[in-house]
Amino acid sequence: MKARIKFRKYGVMRFIGHLDVMRFFQKAMRRAGIPIAFTGGYSPHMIMSFAQPLGVGVTSDGEYLDIELKEEIDALEAVRRLNEVMVEGIEVVNFRRISDEKKNSGMTIVAAASYRVSLLESSRSADITRALPPDWDGKIDAFMNQDSIVVLKKTKRSEMEVDIKPMIYQMREDGEGIYLFLAAGSEQNLKPDLVMAAFMEFIGKDVASVPFHYHRTDVYARQAKDKDTFIPLDAAGVL
Amino acid sequence: MRKLALNDEILLKIEKPARYIGNEVNSVMKDPEKVDIRFAMCFPDVYEIGMSHLGIQILYDMFNRRDDVWCERVYSPWIDLDQIMRDEHIPLFALESQDPVREFDFLGITIQYEMCYTNILQVLDLSGIPLHACDRDDSVPIVIGGGPCTYNPEPLAEFFDLFYIGDGETVYGQLLDAYKETKANGGSRKDFLEKAAEIEGIYVPGFYDVSYKEDGTIASFVPVNPHAKSTIQKQMVVNLTDTYYPKAPVVPFIKVTQDRVVLEIQRGCIRGCRFCQAGMLYRPTRERDVETLKQYAYQMLKNTGHEEISLSSLSSSDYSQLKELVTFLIEEFKGEGINISLPSLRIDAFSLDVMGQVQDIRKSSLTFAPEAGSQRMRDVINKGLTEEIILDGAGQAFEGGWNKVKLYFMLGLPTETEEDMKEIAHLADKIARRYYEIPKEERNGKCQITTSTSFFIPKPFTPFQWATMYSNEEYIARAAIVKHEFQEQLNRKSLKYHWHDAEVTVLEGVFARGDRKLSDVILEAYRLGCIYDSWTESFDNEKWMKAFENTGTDIAFYNLRKRDVDEIFPWDFIDIGVTKEFLYQEWQRALKGEVTPNCRVKCSGCGAMRYKGGVCIESKN
Ligand code: SF4
Repeated sequence: MKARIKFRKYGVMRFIGHLDVMRFFQKAMRRAGIPIAFTGGYSPHMIMSFAQPLGVGVTSDGEYLDIELKEEIDALEAVRRLNEVMVEGIEVVNFRRISDEKKNSGMTIVAAASYRVSLLESSRSADITRALPPDWDGKIDAFMNQDSIVVLKKTKRSEMEVDIKPMIYQMREDGEGIYLFLAAGSEQNLKPDLVMAAFMEFIGKDVASVPFHYHRTDVYARQAKDKDTFIPLDAAGVL
Repeated sequence: MRKLALNDEILLKIEKPARYIGNEVNSVMKDPEKVDIRFAMCFPDVYEIGMSHLGIQILYDMFNRRDDVWCERVYSPWIDLDQIMRDEHIPLFALESQDPVREFDFLGITIQYEMCYTNILQVLDLSGIPLHACDRDDSVPIVIGGGPCTYNPEPLAEFFDLFYIGDGETVYGQLLDAYKETKANGGSRKDFLEKAAEIEGIYVPGFYDVSYKEDGTIASFVPVNPHAKSTIQKQMVVNLTDTYYPKAPVVPFIKVTQDRVVLEIQRGCIRGCRFCQAGMLYRPTRERDVETLKQYAYQMLKNTGHEEISLSSLSSSDYSQLKELVTFLIEEFKGEGINISLPSLRIDAFSLDVMGQVQDIRKSSLTFAPEAGSQRMRDVINKGLTEEIILDGAGQAFEGGWNKVKLYFMLGLPTETEEDMKEIAHLADKIARRYYEIPKEERNGKCQITTSTSFFIPKPFTPFQWATMYSNEEYIARAAIVKHEFQEQLNRKSLKYHWHDAEVTVLEGVFARGDRKLSDVILEAYRLGCIYDSWTESFDNEKWMKAFENTGTDIAFYNLRKRDVDEIFPWDFIDIGVTKEFLYQEWQRALKGEVTPNCRVKCSGCGAMRYKGGVCIESKN
């Protein structure tokens, strides 16, 4: 029996890194008495996997983890119990039973993620945003109308030129900020700050001079029947 | 939403921002408007160390049970943030409210080891509290020291308004009430300190005058305020079951040193090893009721979600209900994926059996702490572990599948000879030989005997408080003798030898038995940039040596001088129950190599009976 848990991460919890969020959930499962299954051996581990790591400083409305259950638990009851043992800054949104097939695990099906990027008054606070300059709407269109967007991707070992254009599914002005819909997951993965850095270079601005806050709005899988359609992870493989 | 004291830019730049944001599960939030007293509880080291300390969790829980008090936590900012706070003039803040410590009523600092002394100054400095107690006015918190190092608080005397001597569970209530009363009556800082000085166990260093003889030793140590007492009685919870215990300790987000539920099963030790300060300070030994501990285990695991539980105490094998407790923990929690981490137990059939159940034998190691290599030396220190017991225990374990052993010894003990040192290597080798007696087919490859030595440091309130230490060079020379002897051993390929740093030992020795004059050295070292001295990467011995030189302080006076029977020690004004006569008698017996039986075998009349509790009255009920 498997279940997928969707949660939000906000406020001061944005400073807690991915590994520590995992540790937090392991302990939360015990506090909430969720009947989670364990691996065997001398030091058994909870069977739990997170869909897509979130960088420190980034907030999110759509984080996911899959767990293996050893007995049935009512979904609403699970959400209630988990939220009783959360801290401010983490909220469980839903708990859904998913199919047991390996290929449905959150880790493997992630294909895209959506973000809201806000412009900040200063890098000192993610709470005080400011409006986009009026000419950015047009500049975003021009940026997206390029044939290719080549950036230097640095890894620990090497630097590589990559065309990120095919990985930007959407980029547009969206009310207060910028909406990004980007490739995510194990095959192709594009981080929002890389896109914004490329954009800033495109409009001739120093990226360090304009502080942004990144907020992930959801994580998506491709629909089984129609590979070009994306659906949020809490609608994918759900029983 | 809580507003943080540090801005995003800083938090995203420093290492582990989770150290500074609070918000952990079970941390306590209150409305500052609705409490009378705000207490900042500090462990002057980095968060991961401080959060692992049981004592603070006990006091945090105890204080916050009071509606009129809000107790919050403070730790030393790590070196990266320390610099930023100095550059940007950001005052040190408490984790829960994120408010500046300076605005609090109290700053309580637990003092667990000598090498945190410069961090205490860091905490005061970053808080904007004058370093010297005499320079403080009513606008800054009362600075309290507690913990093991306060059994000789003198080197720190000038930096603290008061010290709390003994178990924290007893008179804090009185102290806080006295504070409220003074505040309500519009009393001053001095009024409060005078009230505090009348409470048992509270030492207000500013109310005492110390004069010195020409040779630098103490001539007199007397109260100069009518409210101050001439001796301070150690505080002790007689009944350890019927007292405070944190059933819902704070759960850190980041991995800390002690990332588990901790059950304190007893306080004190019956053994009476002559080098061991804790063994004397916490007399008499008191046990916590096993049924209560079982309840705590359920509640604490449930409230924290920790995946590990461990027992804490000195010499855990002496806990009378150990078997019952350990069996219960294994039966009850093992199936739920909870690790049971055992303290180092005496190696016997029982401990080997439970160890086999809770850990992977091939990966785990056995631990012995003979503390000295030769039987003669072990008699001097009153360590009742014989070679026979060790070889027997190791033999049983080897036959059960273990092949790793860790051994702990001390070098530089009183009366130690070259032969005693060499015996360390011989004992390690004998253990290896015992292993290779097992037929090849039945044993698990090679064995690995790892030996560590630390240098002995005489501590106040031990029979060895009269002992002399050695110089840095002499310590290294002794370690070299041991190392050389290891290379001569038959099984040298299975033996490993490590020794601890001697520079730190020398400093710890100075501060352990130091006097008031040393506050200048600590201050000078801090001014020269010393901080986080317990961390090898930041310890700077050269700066320390410079601090001694600049203040004209002679290390030899503290470490190499012979102390006479009638010398007044800086800590003599504290009464821990155990008498100075008993300690001296033990010192004399040590020099003759005479052993003293433990409290359960025979009471030696150490003086602690006066607390009317624990092991002293065990069989007399
Ligand atoms: S009075 Fe006797 S039994 Fe009590 S602690 Fe001292 S030696 Fe042990």
